[in-house]
Amino acid sequence: MSAVAETVTPPASAAAAPLLELDELVVRFRTENGLLTAVDGVSFGLQSGEVLGVVGESGCGKSVTAQAILRLYDETNLVRYGGAVTFRGKNLLKLPRAAMVDYRGPRIGMVFQDLSSSIDPVYTIGFQLVETILAHQPMPPREAEAKAVDLLRLTGIPSPERRINDYPHQISGGMKQRVMIALALACEPELLIADEPTTALDVTIQAQILELLTDINRSRAMGVIMITHDLGVVAEICTRVVVMYLGQVVEEAPVAALFAEPRHPYTQGLLRSIPALDGDRAQELYVIPGTVPSLLAVPAGCRFAARCPYADAQCRTEAPPLEVLRNGRKVRCWHHEVVAATGEVRDVG
Amino acid sequence: MSAEPANDAAPLLEVHGLKKYFPVTDALGRVRAEVKAVDDVSFRIAAGETYGLVGESGCGKSTTGRALLRLIEPTAGAVIFEGRDLNGLSRRDLREVRRHLQMVFQDPYSSLNPRKTVGASIKEALTIHGIGSRSGRKEMVLEVLARVGLQSEHYDRLPHEFSGGQRQRIGLARALILGPRLAVCDESVSALDVSVQSQIINLLMRIQREERLSYLFIAHDLSVVRHISNRIGVMYLGRLVEEAPTDRLFSAPGHPYTQALISAIPVPDPTAKRQRIALTGEIPSPLNPPSGCVFHTRCPLAQPQCRTIVPERRRIAPDHFAACHLAEAEPAAAPPAA
Amino acid sequence: MASTGLTIAPPRPSRRRGQTLRRLLGSRMIVLGGALITLLVLIAVFAPLISPFGPYEMVVQQRLKPPSALHWFGTDNFGRDLFTRIAYGARVSLGVSFTVALLSVAIGMLVGLYAAYFPLLDHVLMRICDALMAFPSILLAIAIMAALGPSMGNVILALVVVFAPSLARTVRSAALVVREQTYVEAMRSLGASSLRIIWLHIAPNTLSPAITQGTFVFAEAIIVEAALSFLGVGVPPPAPSWGGILFDGKVAIFTAWWMTVGPGLFIILAVLGLNLSGDGLRDVLDPNTVKAAK
Repeated sequence: MSAVAETVTPPASAAAAPLLELDELVVRFRTENGLLTAVDGVSFGLQSGEVLGVVGESGCGKSVTAQAILRLYDETNLVRYGGAVTFRGKNLLKLPRAAMVDYRGPRIGMVFQDLSSSIDPVYTIGFQLVETILAHQPMPPREAEAKAVDLLRLTGIPSPERRINDYPHQISGGMKQRVMIALALACEPELLIADEPTTALDVTIQAQILELLTDINRSRAMGVIMITHDLGVVAEICTRVVVMYLGQVVEEAPVAALFAEPRHPYTQGLLRSIPALDGDRAQELYVIPGTVPSLLAVPAGCRFAARCPYADAQCRTEAPPLEVLRNGRKVRCWHHEVVAATGEVRDVG
Repeated sequence: MSAEPANDAAPLLEVHGLKKYFPVTDALGRVRAEVKAVDDVSFRIAAGETYGLVGESGCGKSTTGRALLRLIEPTAGAVIFEGRDLNGLSRRDLREVRRHLQMVFQDPYSSLNPRKTVGASIKEALTIHGIGSRSGRKEMVLEVLARVGLQSEHYDRLPHEFSGGQRQRIGLARALILGPRLAVCDESVSALDVSVQSQIINLLMRIQREERLSYLFIAHDLSVVRHISNRIGVMYLGRLVEEAPTDRLFSAPGHPYTQALISAIPVPDPTAKRQRIALTGEIPSPLNPPSGCVFHTRCPLAQPQCRTIVPERRRIAPDHFAACHLAEAEPAAAPPAA
Repeated sequence: MASTGLTIAPPRPSRRRGQTLRRLLGSRMIVLGGALITLLVLIAVFAPLISPFGPYEMVVQQRLKPPSALHWFGTDNFGRDLFTRIAYGARVSLGVSFTVALLSVAIGMLVGLYAAYFPLLDHVLMRICDALMAFPSILLAIAIMAALGPSMGNVILALVVVFAPSLARTVRSAALVVREQTYVEAMRSLGASSLRIIWLHIAPNTLSPAITQGTFVFAEAIIVEAALSFLGVGVPPPAPSWGGILFDGKVAIFTAWWMTVGPGLFIILAVLGLNLSGDGLRDVLDPNTVKAAK
């Protein structure tokens, strides 16, 4: 007996131009061990009003992808880009560095995971909000302050007029996250990128923040990219999901389809590894054998082959392409039909 | 999964009325306030059993774990391990007891000395307690490395060459080599990726079966705690608000906080109907805990008495209690299905 | 049921022991600074071989001669070859300063480690350090020398008193950070004694900042020692030291400029070399690496 998931149904028209489109994005870093390819040909798109989940574990490149959209690595002088990041028709990677300032904030907002270092501890919250607002929309300071209070109220902070004068260390983690969201929304962006926004938060606070993000997404028809390693969070608020492994997209699907019928062995393995709240406690947990290879020693053929229960000789020598299936699904696996047929993710009751 | 331990004899560990208050001093050193990190917590753990301790920030679960091992000195209360009260022990006696009471730490990246090889770090445990001979020690280390799924060539490597999951195995090896009877796992899998988490959890459970080891499993991830624990205690702001066998806790939680906690867990199933109990407000600061029932400020079922009277433990069923004014003992029911 | 076969990934390309050396040599600053210092040390050690003159050899007819092919740095008011005196002086100046640096690091570590580990001791020790650090280094050194009387040993003692407190602070800060690391707590839970924790676990992890600062202390000690000798309260004459030569050259500063420029130049080179090495060391040992983010 299933109920409709309480998320926004994505816009039906496929003809609508996507808000953001990544086309074979490549991000390389110069390190003392050579050129490291953290993101190797990632492509996906996002429409306005959609909540796209980007899921993967450490080393998969999801955070790098997010930061590359905003070109946040530029200052380090150690990064090389390839491919395209098209936002409303403009390729962000080709813009001069200075032009990115117009995108960060007014058009694309970002919420980070690390609360302690993402908000400047020496300035009050109000000051930082006003500073952000004024940086992109000149207006009299009083007006900016009023807008800041509104933003705090919008993100659910009680007594915002008083919080304005608080310093970051005086407020709790959950509130800091709301402040970060407020900062990201200050200039009314069309796209919000949230990088593990709730990982550091308690579960009851996380529930509140996820609800907030869902509300914002619905009320403003904003596009949201939700980066996380927590499949539960993905199931809660995302409409579509992209699964990444070792710098590549291995699967993309609407959320219900991904959970009901994963087509990539890694996705299937991840779903099976999670101890279910209604699972059999006596059974050992499913384990994906092996460990993630180092980015400096990317295996030939399919990157997941060494750990894959379905792998054969072809997998180990030929790298599968990202195949487009019906129903908006994509998968990077030679044997995805077999995987789909085998998969009963939950034990049949 | 560990066999449900027969409830025989004296429990391995008994905690009575444990309290840890941290004084907050002003510039002149006068005590201004107290952070009641752990406030009157009592529970027991039998041999071979896993007791899960859950709660959110500020609930005091980590402090409880540390106070158990006397890494932090308790303000009050008794910790009785194998019949001996740990609080009265001399330094030498305490060191001896430490062989049997170990801890597996949360952060795989800082729990190992970055300048010591893996073998040296683990061997040190033996050296401290004067166990084994020089040559014998290396053998013992290699043996425990194999038990946690590592290889002998890892003996000479430095910590930074390993992944997070492997480092947790090393930390576990270091705790196991002394042959403990109880291990406190303080968020031992929280910093790991999901796919690695399952490996470590299976490992912990296998070792528990082989050694009849007890765990105090401290975590905030309820699905993991559910899988590994026999019994679970729920903490909020320093108090133990509910305790029950695992299955009962999830099927019939007695305390409103537990109910809210369970409903807040994001379930990896987009079609699941969610009846979320929304908790309003933030977790209060332990510096200024609410009067009466510490949970009343956020509780959807709060009554006037909750604001003034501290609820005592109410027995809902054998082995299951909740510290709530509204909790009622269940009427004697038909024997539970096996 | 999937196998729990654990194929452990091969160790990541790691910092092999030799790679630290390579990184040290890869830093331009260290190489340059190190070269300078090595040059000066070589001059000091091989002084008798480099120069045909002795440091005390006086040829009265050759007094106050300007630099020439025979006397590279000229002669002083006693007719002694200045280059020789500077070369031998290097032994004193570098030797004294190195000893001071070594002792300061040793004492600083002792004080810093124990202050970081025992809060009660911390208060007492840090207040003593504060008191000593409140004095300008040269004034404090002069005061101590005035009380003790001139001798090389006393110079070393005075300078150690001047420099050890700041090293203690540095080590204490580093030790405080290390003390909070989980592995220290893990050692306590294993039953390790405080002694073991302090010396086997905390100390090695505070060596890097200690050594880096030691290099800077070395440089400063050269300057202060020279200042003491210049003021007449340092290493007593006729033992050659750079500051001592400056002292001799004070009166003739306008006529015999080479007596000032000579030792001055060497002091500059020594301090420059040490500061470069120190900066390079700091960058190598405590890098703010740009991590390739996940």
